[in-house]
Amino acid sequence: MSKANENGVREPLIHLSKRDSIHPGKAWAIRLIAVALGLVVCGLVAFLLIERLQQKPERIGDFYYAFIKGAFGTSRKFWKFLKNVSILLCISLALTPAFRMRFWNIGGEGQTLIGVLACIGVDFYWGDKLPEPLLLVLMFLAALTAGALWGTIPAICKAKWGTNETLFTLMMNYVATFLVSFFLMIWVTSGSGVLPQMKTGKLPTLGGNNYLLIILIVLALTIAMYVYLKYSKHGYEISVVGESVRTAQYVGINEKKVIIRTMILSGALCGLAGYLIGAGLDLSVSADSVGGQGFTAIMVSWLGKFNPLAMILTSGLIQVLNQGAAQISQDFDVPGALPNVIVGIILFFIIGSEFFINYQVHFRKAKETVK
Amino acid sequence: MPEPSPEPRLISEDYDCGGNTVEKKLALQMRGITKRFGSVLANDHVDLEVYQGEILAILGENGCGKTTLMNMIAGIYFPDEGQILIDGKEVVIRSPKDAFDHKIGMVHQHFKLVDLFTAAENVVLGTKSDGKYNLRAVNAEVNQIADRYGFRLDPAKKIYDMSVSEKQTVEIIKVLYRGADILILDEPTAVLTPQEITRLFDVLRRMRTDGKSIIIITHKLNEVMEVSDRVAILRRGQHIATVKTAETNESDLTTMMVGRRIDLNIHRSKPVNAVPRLIVEKLNLYNEEGIHVLKDITFTANGGEILGIAGIAGSGQRELLESISGLQPVASGKITFNNPKKDRPVSFFHKSMKQVRALADQGAFHDRNMNDVNFRGMRSKAVRKMVKDGDVLFREDEVMNLRDKDPLEIRRLGIHLSFVPEDRLGMGLVGSMNITDNMMLRSYRKGPAGFLNRKKPKAQAEQIIRELEIVTPGVGTPVRRLSGGNVQKVLVGREIAYMPKVLMAAYPVRGLDIGSSYTIYNLLNRQKENGVAVIYVGEDLDVLLELCDRIMVMNGGAVTGIVDARTTTKEEIGLLMVKTDERKEAGDA
Repeated sequence: MSKANENGVREPLIHLSKRDSIHPGKAWAIRLIAVALGLVVCGLVAFLLIERLQQKPERIGDFYYAFIKGAFGTSRKFWKFLKNVSILLCISLALTPAFRMRFWNIGGEGQTLIGVLACIGVDFYWGDKLPEPLLLVLMFLAALTAGALWGTIPAICKAKWGTNETLFTLMMNYVATFLVSFFLMIWVTSGSGVLPQMKTGKLPTLGGNNYLLIILIVLALTIAMYVYLKYSKHGYEISVVGESVRTAQYVGINEKKVIIRTMILSGALCGLAGYLIGAGLDLSVSADSVGGQGFTAIMVSWLGKFNPLAMILTSGLIQVLNQGAAQISQDFDVPGALPNVIVGIILFFIIGSEFFINYQVHFRKAKETVK
Repeated sequence: MPEPSPEPRLISEDYDCGGNTVEKKLALQMRGITKRFGSVLANDHVDLEVYQGEILAILGENGCGKTTLMNMIAGIYFPDEGQILIDGKEVVIRSPKDAFDHKIGMVHQHFKLVDLFTAAENVVLGTKSDGKYNLRAVNAEVNQIADRYGFRLDPAKKIYDMSVSEKQTVEIIKVLYRGADILILDEPTAVLTPQEITRLFDVLRRMRTDGKSIIIITHKLNEVMEVSDRVAILRRGQHIATVKTAETNESDLTTMMVGRRIDLNIHRSKPVNAVPRLIVEKLNLYNEEGIHVLKDITFTANGGEILGIAGIAGSGQRELLESISGLQPVASGKITFNNPKKDRPVSFFHKSMKQVRALADQGAFHDRNMNDVNFRGMRSKAVRKMVKDGDVLFREDEVMNLRDKDPLEIRRLGIHLSFVPEDRLGMGLVGSMNITDNMMLRSYRKGPAGFLNRKKPKAQAEQIIRELEIVTPGVGTPVRRLSGGNVQKVLVGREIAYMPKVLMAAYPVRGLDIGSSYTIYNLLNRQKENGVAVIYVGEDLDVLLELCDRIMVMNGGAVTGIVDARTTTKEEIGLLMVKTDERKEAGDA
């Protein structure tokens, strides 16, 4: 071999091969290494871009500590963390059955927003005319119906005419956003475009805590979704359709019915998230009520491998990063965009690690010397 | 077993047909080639030599690493260890282009041709970089190559107008045009008729005379014996031996290939009281593009008999089975099923009270004393009791229409129709699911509403694993992780567990090792002996002749003949495989 090398024959420097299977422990080790590397790169980028850090390099510890402080620093921050995780997780759970069916519903944002709009709309028109419990129920039904409608329209078109669900659900987001702007113009007579908080239609608090009820609802939903996907006949059908439509047809599963039914569920649960935002938190609606969480939820679901229990962790991780970013922006007095760059870097490493879980990289071996 | 020599031998003594000693030069040598995929060792220190002017057969069961090994010569994969030497010099082959630079060309099992281009355009594609082609010169050169080796090919013909064998010819000429001296053919005969195989082998022999080295990958013993000079046998990634074809026989080759002696006989029994079970009449089907894919298909499948279906791949076999099982909406014709119910009790399992009463009015039932059963004036409760006690029996077999019914409707009628599709993981099974979940694909609707009951499917999975000797870590393993033979056993096992009356199997042994293939043949035979109407779509004519009772031959979506498997010959079937009905062709045009 060494002789051949002298003749200029070379093996390629690196070559990739697909892994057949990987030990879960090893996979998690790769992910941890990725997060660690991501943090190191973040530190370097922060050092280059944040002036205060250049002046006082010893504050690099504070920089990393901000991620913990942002989410767990105070009791108030911790509850806010739990609330944010709950809303994000709720939307992720809603998207998951569709994703397991390989129906790429990226319309979580719009389905949730239309849910907020519907529930606030009910509150706006009937808030002072109906007793509070009945109002809350009506708002709930309106939010779920609106979300389900937003999810079902693309599903029907896909089932009937084979339209592309990715584009369709994405476009439905814009329709929802502009509908919100439209209604705000009608509702807000002052012309400010900001709808003041409703006085009615507020979800009750549990034990004096504003967020506890929401957290418990989403926790119950997580378990229910896990059971639904794993142990119900519907969940089984979703998996079969997702894996192969031909297999579904072969065993007599009506895949169109499954697609539509699953998207009704997916949309309705987005509507539920909208209800939690509208009636549980904001008591108002704006084009930014969902704030991009409908898109973040896609990543949560994906990173959690469409497993509701794992998604508790992934949504928590993303929220730690988000709140850490806000903390950095506050502590180091930098604009909010910069911490988002840092979050992006870490996510890039986490998603990139999946490549190394699926593929093995071989480097050219150091050549043995002449025997 | 020849030991790998430490020094590359450049000259080997060999004998030509006349018994004269001829000298052959070493063309290619592999030393200690190892390739791993994850934890799977696909090739384990393989040593192999190929001489100029010889046909070397690489023989081995599916999954033994034949194709992987060849892909490393062709630049598709890169070996983890070992060396490749060409004309005694070590080379590194990183890409198919490197392979061509070393005059190595491979014809893959799945052709890589541009459908809209002509043969010549495909041949020349990707050979020059200055963007100019002289198609006339290419045509001439293609014709010259074709003449030299005895191919039949029109260089101006478009690929989409070509038969499989013509496409293969284009692939081979493509490789020759690029100046290959070492040709690798991956299972070239799998898609050809017997006549086309003979022609291909003539071409290969002419190439050998011309000094080319030909490596042919196969698992068919008779072809090895017919065409090769030497045979290299691989088993589980290891090179077992290379022997001269003239000095070996099929039985020894099998033993080396499988690692143990196996019985290569199919024990075919005479059909016992074969009764018509599935009757197809004048069936016509158009596919989604509106192409007439089934033309007036008429045949009867009898219970207690294996009906083979032969034909070139894509002659309508898949469409036929799919339309019978309710997966394709047919345009015209009849599909009827004779449910063997004569003298058997009726039940409410698949029939409503209304249907039972209607049948009684038609005089379809008798009681245990052969008297007519009449429910007129009887209360439903009394009828229910009588039926439950088993006092209401069918007079005749039930004739049921299968046409325009989807698989679920067929199942709800109580018709036990099993179908082993050719696309196992894309249609028959769900690759990412474990064996238990795959077992319940057909039965998951049973039991209380809403939730799955995995208890029975799990017991069934365990039983099938035990009875069919499926090699798996457990019932919880995703079927995608299993080897091809074991995947097929799961699928066939599930379909047989459904206690079918009609069992349709499309290419059930494709990609299976010899041992597993014979397991499947025996399973089908046992079903036949149990009175099941078995329909077997196969590609290996030798097996069809040995296994089936009758063979139906299809070509271009039409039945060209139904023959008795005990008296027909391979040649007769081969002719039927390419026969076209002129009257029909004229009518279509």
